[in-house]
Amino acid sequence: MSGETKTLLDVDDLRVSFPTRTGLIEAVRGVSFSLGRERLGIVGESGSGKSQTGRAIMGLTPPQARISANKLAFDGIDLLAASPRERRKLRGKRIAMILQDPKYSLDPVMSIGRQIVETLRTHEMVGKAEARDRALAMLEAVQIRDPARVFDLHPHEVSGGMGQRAMIAMMLIAGPEMMIADEPTSALDVTVQLDVLGILDRLVSERGMGLIFISHDLRLVSSFCDRVIVMYAGKVVEQLKASELGRAQHPYTRGLLNCMPKIGADRHPLPVLDRKPEWAA
Amino acid sequence: MTSAIAVDRLEVIFDRFRALKGVSLDVQPGESFGLVGESGSGKSTLLRAIAGLAPVASGSITVNGKTLGTRRDKAFYREVQMVFQDPYGSLHPRQTVDRLLQEPLAIHGFADGEKRIQRALDEVGLGNGFRFRYSHQLSGGQRQRVAIARALILEPSILLLDEPTSALDASVQAEVLNLLEEIRRRRKLTFLMVSHDLAIITHMCERLMVMQSGEAVENLAAADLVERRVTKDYTRNLLRASDGFVRTA
Repeated sequence: MSGETKTLLDVDDLRVSFPTRTGLIEAVRGVSFSLGRERLGIVGESGSGKSQTGRAIMGLTPPQARISANKLAFDGIDLLAASPRERRKLRGKRIAMILQDPKYSLDPVMSIGRQIVETLRTHEMVGKAEARDRALAMLEAVQIRDPARVFDLHPHEVSGGMGQRAMIAMMLIAGPEMMIADEPTSALDVTVQLDVLGILDRLVSERGMGLIFISHDLRLVSSFCDRVIVMYAGKVVEQLKASELGRAQHPYTRGLLNCMPKIGADRHPLPVLDRKPEWAA
Repeated sequence: MTSAIAVDRLEVIFDRFRALKGVSLDVQPGESFGLVGESGSGKSTLLRAIAGLAPVASGSITVNGKTLGTRRDKAFYREVQMVFQDPYGSLHPRQTVDRLLQEPLAIHGFADGEKRIQRALDEVGLGNGFRFRYSHQLSGGQRQRVAIARALILEPSILLLDEPTSALDASVQAEVLNLLEEIRRRRKLTFLMVSHDLAIITHMCERLMVMQSGEAVENLAAADLVERRVTKDYTRNLLRASDGFVRTA
């Protein structure tokens, strides 16, 4: 987007594998990229390792998994060498994460307002009254019309779109520098999806955050992000500017773009992906 | 010609909530008809009401010229079969594919089960090798193929499809949509298909109905939608949303 070149996140040869009874499952196999204050999309189908990449950066990889990298650094801090205590200080404060379904990722027995206040008071020394005011202001910033009412509601009392806005509010309240959004709109209706993306877009550009947007929807990602990484079988098969998606080189990227039905394109049958074993090599 | 499915002023009420508010619909034999709308618009409820899975309060449903009562008989299910959204939830986890496919045959008293199971599996592009697997040993796309095979095994004339590909990856979605189209062509089936994705509906269907909060917003030909000849703002919004994110700056 802008000429900002400062690197926020540096990932070099990241590998995540899970030991199982039947052998080692390699979910992420040597992923490298760097992120500035920009919107980066990571696209791939289920099992491509896109979510595990995001989780590894966030430090949410399950304990039985093996994780290694030549470099995994956020703003100069080596994330793999950092102690759990240091990582907790980063998580939520400087790196935030939005998950797919607000129904499952918000605490069901705590009001939305209290959850937001909890995040804020974990990371900053603020009084109760001030925390409440800031939470209300944040709810307003994510375009919730009646913040005072929503503040006292529990997650089951709000719609999916509203829940996702509350989640964005909670993630942004501590003013993170980087945000990882893992399928933030897949559980939402198309029209609501656009509202939520609009809010996310505005807040990210206003605050100059770095955003990693993980999704299976190549078309959506390319309309939203500056740069796109395409993953297949745990590897990056292609990196390109979102505006140049039409000129994608890798057959997987092109196949993925091609196989979706489009309004106005009369193609029967739809082209299908012919998966080549060498893509995963 | 008698309609394959005719729905007249159908009301569905759950406790006090009116999920369908007098919806009418007419699908011709051999036609592919789409229902679109956001969650809560009643599109799935309409489909489930036809299958006998939702409490109908008033109105009538006629299938192949026969008006349905509250209870569906076996003959109805030989004509009408349904494929559900979630292939992970709609197959019995402790039954093999073979057992799953035998169930409808046993219910309807078919003797040539062996032959039918083989043919159904071939038809959906799964060979005999899949016959004695459990559903957890299959991928999402393979599971949905089994669900389609189960629906086809009774040789129905009408298929009700409730978001059949929304739980699948894009490339697998294309395969399943192609399979459905091919089966429809070969068997001259009538489809009634629910989706939230306008692109899928225009790809698969000739006509469609847009729904919002339990009511029909408008009826369109797929060609109208492609040419953007829509009259209601709600449909226009859906169309705009399906174009993807546009930055307003």
